[in-house]
Amino acid sequence: MGLRIINRRPGRGGALFWGALPFLAVLALYLTFSAMRLAENPNDKLLPALSTIAETVVRLAFTPDQRTGQVLLWVDTAASLARLAWGLAVSAALGLVIGIASGLVPYLRAGLSPFVAVVSLIPPMALLPILFISFGLDELSKVVLIVIGIAPFLIRDLAMRVEAIPPELVIKAQTLGASTWQIITRLVLPTMLPKLIDALRLSLGPAWLFLISAEAIAAQDGLGYRIFLVRRYLAMDVILPYVAWITLMAFLMDWGLRALNRRTSPWLTRGMA
Amino acid sequence: MSTVRVRNLWKQYGDQVVLEHINLDIPSGEFCALVGPSGCGKTTFLRLLLAMEQPTRGTITIDGKPLPGEPRPDRGVVFQRYSVFPHLTVEENIVLGLEFARAPLTGRLYGAKKRRALEEVAETIERVGLSPSRTKYPGELSGGMQQRLSIAQALVRKPRILLMDEPFGALDPGTKAQMYVLVRELWRAERMTVFMVTHDLKEGFSLATRVLAFDKVRHDPQAPEAYGATVKFNIPLDDKAERAEIVSKLPALAATENEEGATRGRPWARLFDFAGTTRRKRRESHERTSV
Ligand SMILES: Nc1ncnc2c1ncn2[C@@H]1O[C@H](COP(=O)(O)OP(=O)(O)O)[C@@H](O)[C@H]1O
Ligand SMILES: [Mg+2]
Repeated sequence: MGLRIINRRPGRGGALFWGALPFLAVLALYLTFSAMRLAENPNDKLLPALSTIAETVVRLAFTPDQRTGQVLLWVDTAASLARLAWGLAVSAALGLVIGIASGLVPYLRAGLSPFVAVVSLIPPMALLPILFISFGLDELSKVVLIVIGIAPFLIRDLAMRVEAIPPELVIKAQTLGASTWQIITRLVLPTMLPKLIDALRLSLGPAWLFLISAEAIAAQDGLGYRIFLVRRYLAMDVILPYVAWITLMAFLMDWGLRALNRRTSPWLTRGMA
Repeated sequence: MSTVRVRNLWKQYGDQVVLEHINLDIPSGEFCALVGPSGCGKTTFLRLLLAMEQPTRGTITIDGKPLPGEPRPDRGVVFQRYSVFPHLTVEENIVLGLEFARAPLTGRLYGAKKRRALEEVAETIERVGLSPSRTKYPGELSGGMQQRLSIAQALVRKPRILLMDEPFGALDPGTKAQMYVLVRELWRAERMTVFMVTHDLKEGFSLATRVLAFDKVRHDPQAPEAYGATVKFNIPLDDKAERAEIVSKLPALAATENEEGATRGRPWARLFDFAGTTRRKRRESHERTSV
C-alpha cells in the first residue's frame, strides 16, 4: 500500500519544482492572453508583450528622463524607500520604548494601554486629510501616515509579549540583584528584539500599503506616485514592472529581517528553546 | 546567619484562604523540605519568603529584621520551570549575577573585567559539572543540566537563603540522585538556610534536616475555600548527625517577639498520621466525586 498523502514529501528538487509551478502558470496565462489580445489589436495597452515591457524597463531603469535628466525608477525607489525606512524606524522605536514601558511598568500600562487600543482602531487612511492639512503635502505627512498605521500594532504586540515574559525570569533577575534598568537591558531588550523584528515583518505589508496610498494622493515622486500617474495613459508596461519591483523589494526586506533575527538571536534556533 | 521566623502568617486570594496561622522558627543553616498535597500553598509560601507576594496578615523576619518588600539577592531561587535565561549561554547565565553587581548602568561587563568575572565563576561552573557546556544555550541542555545551571546561577550572589520549588520534579531518577548529592554538597559548603518544595516525601526526608508538612487542619464542606493550609507537622530530623553539625542553635528571641515555637515530639508517629489523613482525604474526595 502506498503512503498516505500527508506523509509524502517532495525532495529538494521537487520542492523547487512545485514552488515554481504557480509562478510559471501565471506567466504562461499572461503570455497566452497577451498574445491573443495583441493578435486582435496590435495597439492594445492592457496586456503588453514581454518585449514591450522590457523596452519600458530599459527606459525607466537605465535611461535618463528627457525632461528632468533623472533615471525615473531609481529616483522613485529612493524616495519611496526613504519614506518607508523612516516610517518603519520611527514605528519600531515607538513600539520598543512604549511597548516595553507599558508591558513592564503597571502604572504606565494603566495609563497607556486603553489609549493605544483606541488609537489602533482609527482607520489611518481616514486621517490622511488631517495629516496633509497639518503636516503639509511633503515627506512628513507620508511618514506620519505609516507610523500611525503600524506603530499601534507594534506597541500592542510588544507590550503583550513583554507581559508574557515568564514572571519566574523577572523574579530570578531580581534575586540576582538586577535593578529595573538592568532587567530591561539584559532580559527584556534581548528577548524582545526578535519579537520586534517578527512584528516588523508582519507590518511590512501595511507599511507599503500606506506608503503607496499617500504617494498616490499627493507626491512629486515615489513608486506609488508613478503608478497612479501613468494609470491615466493605461501604461500597463510601466505599472506591471513597478508592481513586480515593489513586490521584490518587500520580499527581500522580509527575507533580510528574518536573516537578521537568526544572526542577532542565535539562541532561537539552537536547541529546542 | 539567617534565622527565619514566621509569625501568624495568612495569605488570601480574594475569598480563598490559601495559608493560615503559620508559625515557624527556622534556625540558620536548616535544610527544610516543604511537603504536602498539591495546591495546598507550598509555592505560595515560597513566594511569600521571596517577597514576590505580600502576606495578608502576619510577619516574616530574617535575623529579627522584617522581610524587604521585593526580591533581593540575599534570597536565591530555583524554579521548576523557566529557571534560567534562554538567551544567554551557560557561562553568561552564571556570570550575570556579578555583572548586575559590578555594572550598574549596563548590567554588562567587558574586556578584562569580564574575564576576571568569568574566572571567578569558573569554579562554580566546574562544581555543577557544566564546564564542557560553557558556551551552550539552555535550549541545548538536558533538564538536569538546566537545573544545575539554575542552582549555580543562584549561588553566585552567595544568598543566605536558597528557595527551591520542586527543582527536581521533572527529572529522571538517575539524574535526581546526582542532584541530591550536588545540593547537599552545596548546602554544607555554603551553610545556607534552604527551603525546598517537593512532592516526594522520601526525597524530603532523605535530603532535609527538617520536614514541614503543609495541609489543611480545618475543613468546611460547604465552603472549601474558607480555610487554608497550615504547617500541620514541623519535624526536625534530630537523628541526623549533620543537623547538629551544620544547623545553628536558634538564637533567643528578642523580648518583643512572642514564642509560638515549633511543635516537637515523636516525628515519625506524626508522619504516619499525616500520611493517614491525606489518604483519608483523598478517599473522601474520591467518594464525593463518584456520587
Ligand atoms: N495569584 C493567585 N491568584 C489566585 N489564586 C492563587 C494564586 N496563586 C495561587 N493561588 C491558589 O492558591 C492555592 C495554592 O497554590 P500553590 O501555592 O501553587 O500550591 P502548591 O504549590 O502547594 O501546589 C491554589 O488553590 C491556587 O489556585
Ligand atoms: Mg507548587
